[in-house]
Amino acid sequence: MSKELSYLEAIREALFEEMRRDPKVFVLGEDVGAYGGAFGVTQGLFEEFGEMRVIDTPISESLIVGASIGASLRGYRPVAEMQFADFISCGFDQIVNQAATLRYRYGGRASVPIVIRAPSGGNVGGGLYHSQNPEAWFIHRPGVKVVAPSTAWDAKGLLKAAIQDDNPVIYFEHKYLYRRAKGPVPEGDETVPLGVAAIRREGRDATVLTYAAMVMPSLEAADRLSKEGVEVEVIDLRTLMPYDKNAIFASVEKTNRVLIVHEDTRTLGVGAELSAVIMEERFESLDAPVMRVTYPDTHPPFSHVLEQACLPSADTITEALRKLAAY
Amino acid sequence: MPPIKRTKFKLTPAQLLEMFYWLKLIRGFDERLSILVRQGKVRSGVYTGIGQEAIIVGTCFGLRKDDYICPLHRDLGSFLMKGVEPRAMMAQMFGKATGLSKGRDSALHSGVSELGIFGNTSMLGANLPVAAGLALTYRMEQTDAVVVAYFGEGASNVGDFHEALNFAGVQRLPILFICENNQYAYSVPIEKSMAIDDVADRARGYGFDGVAINGNDVLAVYQATQGALTRARSGEGPTLIECKTYRWHGHSEHDKAFYRTDEELAMWKSRDPIPTFTTYLRTRTVLDDAKLKEIEARMAAVIDDAVEYAMNAPDPRVEDAVTDLYA
Repeated sequence: MSKELSYLEAIREALFEEMRRDPKVFVLGEDVGAYGGAFGVTQGLFEEFGEMRVIDTPISESLIVGASIGASLRGYRPVAEMQFADFISCGFDQIVNQAATLRYRYGGRASVPIVIRAPSGGNVGGGLYHSQNPEAWFIHRPGVKVVAPSTAWDAKGLLKAAIQDDNPVIYFEHKYLYRRAKGPVPEGDETVPLGVAAIRREGRDATVLTYAAMVMPSLEAADRLSKEGVEVEVIDLRTLMPYDKNAIFASVEKTNRVLIVHEDTRTLGVGAELSAVIMEERFESLDAPVMRVTYPDTHPPFSHVLEQACLPSADTITEALRKLAAY
Repeated sequence: MPPIKRTKFKLTPAQLLEMFYWLKLIRGFDERLSILVRQGKVRSGVYTGIGQEAIIVGTCFGLRKDDYICPLHRDLGSFLMKGVEPRAMMAQMFGKATGLSKGRDSALHSGVSELGIFGNTSMLGANLPVAAGLALTYRMEQTDAVVVAYFGEGASNVGDFHEALNFAGVQRLPILFICENNQYAYSVPIEKSMAIDDVADRARGYGFDGVAINGNDVLAVYQATQGALTRARSGEGPTLIECKTYRWHGHSEHDKAFYRTDEELAMWKSRDPIPTFTTYLRTRTVLDDAKLKEIEARMAAVIDDAVEYAMNAPDPRVEDAVTDLYA
């Protein structure tokens, strides 16, 4: 396979392919039309598919999500763009009360096949409202699926799977990875199934559970540990809800030590859930307490100095892995 | 802005009697539910529209199967008029397994896509963005089907109202916004929640027509609706129809409504939509004592049957508390 795409191009290619494949797929959001999106993800869609399938909306996140729900009830598969994941709070009610509950309260007689794309994450100097990682809010709400790709391959494959899925899926695309992650992408009808983690590096001594922009520094830390004789397994969760329990447990049983790394804040983040479920169901496999490296419980600061102090890095992950291995 | 054109209509005696039947049935259904709450047989979730029936009958009468309705919480009658079986509706209110939501929620939080009924959450006005999405699909398909979306004057202060009406205006969507202005948002009177007299005036700000009418006159509501439907079906975009009315009961059956005076209630009861329409039909010799008796017997039989059915319907299975969360 010779073709390599950036993470951003991979997302765009998934949109093109799904819109060509299925006339019921359309996109809507702020600036997604002729402008091509704030990050350029939807560039070219307007020219090919026209204004009825590439819809510029007013600054109305609740409308964007609500209208997507309405269209999905008539068999459409809307892909809504939140300009920044930070703005998803303005559409929160439509996601957690309208979309998440609909199938349940319809007695199973309807589904809501919508995708909400949400550019998330920091390390781009975005400050408080252009850097957030709000995934945990939605993992906490039954009825919603949550994905967070780390590679170009997954960016394309998971988006195609999300569009084809019959549930509301929130697709967190990490802004730091847009142009930094590059690689091959699936071709044709191939997708990356939701709910399946990927082992990025095999190891026998400790497991790192991570996702999105934290996969790269975790792999770097694992390389450093390898030089010290500690072989670290790095698992990229890819889908955060439903998360891949089987892959997690298989790794825990093998390594007996777990470090969870995420860019989201610490308290009640993904790490809290994973740690609890490992403790409940694989307590006997553990040789050390489950540890975490996360963003501190603060807001993403604008200053480069402050932001770098908050973001987990290969250094902080390495340090935690040493502590975990030595426990 | 030019005034909304009055649309001439001609209803046959049979159609007029059918309208009358619906008014009586919807009133009877709500009155029975009110009794069932007091008897402790229906636990809660009853928000009657007693006094407001002319709005539902006037707007739903003559809607097509492919038209979509997005009712508010008092519009149980619209479910019946759009084709939901009274038995299923009553089972829904009892929280039984054969209700629309399989006992997951009561009231109008469930919908039936095949009948073109959307069920909203408890978040008032949250149905309006969804309605816009439904109407968007009609525009995409270039059909002449229409969405009829309901909200109270209280919900016209919610952000979703603004986002949905603005988008509907921009996109010239085939949608009717029906305001049921019953003077109170729970306990808060209209003068404490709006600095204008008519919700209809708000339509101007969205680039389409709004009209305030007597919501207790079923024929006035029907006439305004037919005019707006014709406009929407021919691509002329949305219309807001504000129906001035009054709810006789409290916000819910548990609300004693001490915030209003007996005189005010008595004044509005003197404008009861049913006697008004009865007089109209009698003076035109469409209705006589025999026909009235027959209609009342038919309506009572339907309600008795629905209650009997719902009381004897099975409770939900315990395991269904956690099913139908994902497709």
